[in-house]
Amino acid sequence: MSLLEVQELTIRYDDTAVVRGLSFAVEKGESVGLVGESGSGKSQTALAILGLLPGNAEIGGSIRLEGGELLGVSEHILNAVRAQRAAIVFQDPMQALNPFLRIGEQLRRILVQHRLADGKEAQARVIDMLKRVGLPDPERQYRAYPHQLSGGMRQRAMIASALIAEPALLIADEPTTALDVTVQAQILELLEEIRADTALLLITHDLGVVAGHCERMLVLEQGELVEQGATRDVFARPRHAHTARLLAAAPRLDTINIPLPSTGEELLQIEAASVSYRETGRGRLQAVRDVDLTIQTGETVAVVGESGSGKSSLVRAVLGLIPMQSGRVVFCGTALHGSVQDRPTEVRRGMQLVFQDPVGSLNPQMRVANIVAEPLLVHKPELSAVNRQKEVAVMLESTGLGEEYLQRYPHELSGGQAQRVAIARALILKPKVLVCDEAVAALDGTVREQILALLREVQVDSGLAIVFITHDLSVVRAVSHRVLVMYMGALVELAGNAALFGRPRHPYTRALLEAVPIADPEHAGGKATLAGEVPSALTPPSGCMFHPRCKYARDICKSEVPRQRTLDGTTVACHLADEI
Amino acid sequence: MKALVDIWHRVRRSRSVLVSGGVLAGIVLVALVGPLVSPHDYLQTNFDALLQRPTASGFHLFGTDDLGRDLFVRSMLGVRITILVAVVASIVSLVIGVAYGAIAGYVGGRVDAVMMRFVDTLYALPFIFFVILLMVAFERNFLLIFVAIGAINWLDMARIVRGQTLSLREREFVDAARMTGVSTRDIIRRHIAPNLIGVVIVYVTLTIPQAILVESFLSFLGLGIQEPQTSLGALVHAGVNQMEGASWMLLIPAALLASILLCFNFLGDAMRDVFDSRSSR
Repeated sequence: MSLLEVQELTIRYDDTAVVRGLSFAVEKGESVGLVGESGSGKSQTALAILGLLPGNAEIGGSIRLEGGELLGVSEHILNAVRAQRAAIVFQDPMQALNPFLRIGEQLRRILVQHRLADGKEAQARVIDMLKRVGLPDPERQYRAYPHQLSGGMRQRAMIASALIAEPALLIADEPTTALDVTVQAQILELLEEIRADTALLLITHDLGVVAGHCERMLVLEQGELVEQGATRDVFARPRHAHTARLLAAAPRLDTINIPLPSTGEELLQIEAASVSYRETGRGRLQAVRDVDLTIQTGETVAVVGESGSGKSSLVRAVLGLIPMQSGRVVFCGTALHGSVQDRPTEVRRGMQLVFQDPVGSLNPQMRVANIVAEPLLVHKPELSAVNRQKEVAVMLESTGLGEEYLQRYPHELSGGQAQRVAIARALILKPKVLVCDEAVAALDGTVREQILALLREVQVDSGLAIVFITHDLSVVRAVSHRVLVMYMGALVELAGNAALFGRPRHPYTRALLEAVPIADPEHAGGKATLAGEVPSALTPPSGCMFHPRCKYARDICKSEVPRQRTLDGTTVACHLADEI
Repeated sequence: MKALVDIWHRVRRSRSVLVSGGVLAGIVLVALVGPLVSPHDYLQTNFDALLQRPTASGFHLFGTDDLGRDLFVRSMLGVRITILVAVVASIVSLVIGVAYGAIAGYVGGRVDAVMMRFVDTLYALPFIFFVILLMVAFERNFLLIFVAIGAINWLDMARIVRGQTLSLREREFVDAARMTGVSTRDIIRRHIAPNLIGVVIVYVTLTIPQAILVESFLSFLGLGIQEPQTSLGALVHAGVNQMEGASWMLLIPAALLASILLCFNFLGDAMRDVFDSRSSR
């Protein structure tokens, strides 16, 4: 008897079936990956197993856990099953933890509720569990509120709360999507460790995660199971066309791409840029420290780093969306000052921005045609309405959206379509620099490929310079000519694509590269070589700010700030750059 | 123009807008036309027909009051005044409140602090006391009621709009507009204001009944509309005095008042859905 047996599961809302005739099984101690693009029904399946679907869902088929049927049983029985027999970890731990209860109290209540332990014993078991999921100083975390923990720590606490009642099955729904790649590697290792007595059903869109951590995998497409099998076999010989498509679009670091030789002239110079924020009652937060960067026409520069590394602050200050504390920005020979509204029209036309959340960056009350036309109203007011609409249609056409999209509202678009609209709006002014702030992070693999191809095409045609802010190194590998790595607001390494991926100089760059999950079971990456998380920028470490997490750190790293050096064309800020 | 056509299509699909809007339109229409076709006049007293029950004979559909005046005509006059007061007061508070709140919220910083402290100061004035003072100091004037109610209601509107603007300002589409060079005025006009509509409409439809209630309350206290003019509040006041002998004098204006309030409340709830483009699937 399998631990979990799902047979002919069907989930319908009104007239639309989101899951159709899904059958699979999970054995004891097994780790199974459930993959698919957004809307493929993978999360719906997870919720159905735990009886968490909303009331208007019609569910058919059968779900058996340890032989007992879960569909159609009373809420009372389901409550006993949840937490004790099967538990779930969600994507966003901040949403899933109660902000009013201390972490320890939330876990203790689970034990008390299910009558598994009481009083002192319960407390001891909770602290034990917090230690097991790798929370440092568990006695202190026991008394902490969720907002006092960092994202990675919160996800650990969430996993602890899922495991506290010792379930036989743990369902993890995109458990690491909201986390940095280094923290993701830590969490995935944790899930691996606890698998000795808990089976894992891992739901993810990231094939790299599946390759490294699952023995078997199931591929869903629009609610239907199109392929299942051992992870190695599926990766080596995908039998279904959709699986092959997903694999082709999966992130890899070994993609061979031919970087275009950038023969352009200097377009944008950033010199010693610094940005700081005032945090009420807590002093100043130094977000960016003295960063230099020069961008040429026709090249793509990627800016990478964990969250809080200052990559967004840097470009926003350069664009004039937030004030710059000190430093100089020169664009096409003109020094830029002040906020974007005070800059000359030509400069404003020359630099455009595409955001991470495609739908959020479009005004929900405006139609696509008006959204894309708005920059023209400002910069080409002489254009007649007819000509303006013509130009908009041509622009949208070139991003792959036909005339039928002109009259739609943003909520009527998919993520990929909305991002195309945002790109069309940015490109209609024919800018010289396009900044993409995590512009493909929220998109599915195949859609991401299309958007990247679109940007590459525009670049080749027009010599556009692109600044790509991302935390996803596989995207960096695929699109950039040069890469700027930032840590706590400072430049740690600036190198050409091949140099950075071939011979990373800075220990931080190395750790980032090792942490990237690779969609290949034979050479799975995703190693957690970087312990802990980024320290608070309000109290930065002395000397080299990376030293508390660096495995090569020596005495000099604790006392002296490393100076930037150039080695074989790579700029690096590390005392030990030529030794390691 | 296209936006209006759009909204009209959405209105037509919403049943509660149609029903509550229809009832309201019916009441207003009767209030406008009724007194014209009725053989009676709101001033005309008839001492042969004091306190008559509602009857078809002599066309006293709603009966007569203690001076023998036709209650139908007087009620319809009351409806006119009540709705007029409410709508004008709401428009006053809408215009001042939205402009004030959107500017304070979008500009932010010191401007915001000064503007909102001014609102706080006005809040500290006891409203009813203030209105009563106005009424006593000046002639009891029609206009004064509009001004008084509108001048107080815009404070709430300004606060709500400012809060919404603060959160809208952080949205990425506003940054996108700034990047493309849209001026501050156009950002407020094209990007902030349309996204406020949902909240503003709901709030306006809450201020209309509130204004009606305040007007009725003032008239009930004898501070509102001057005889022989009348409003629903004044009619209810008169009805209370005759409650035991002539219950219709209380029940008819009270029922009219209640249905108008109910219609506005329903309308507000439904309008929010209509103006939210995301809900139009």
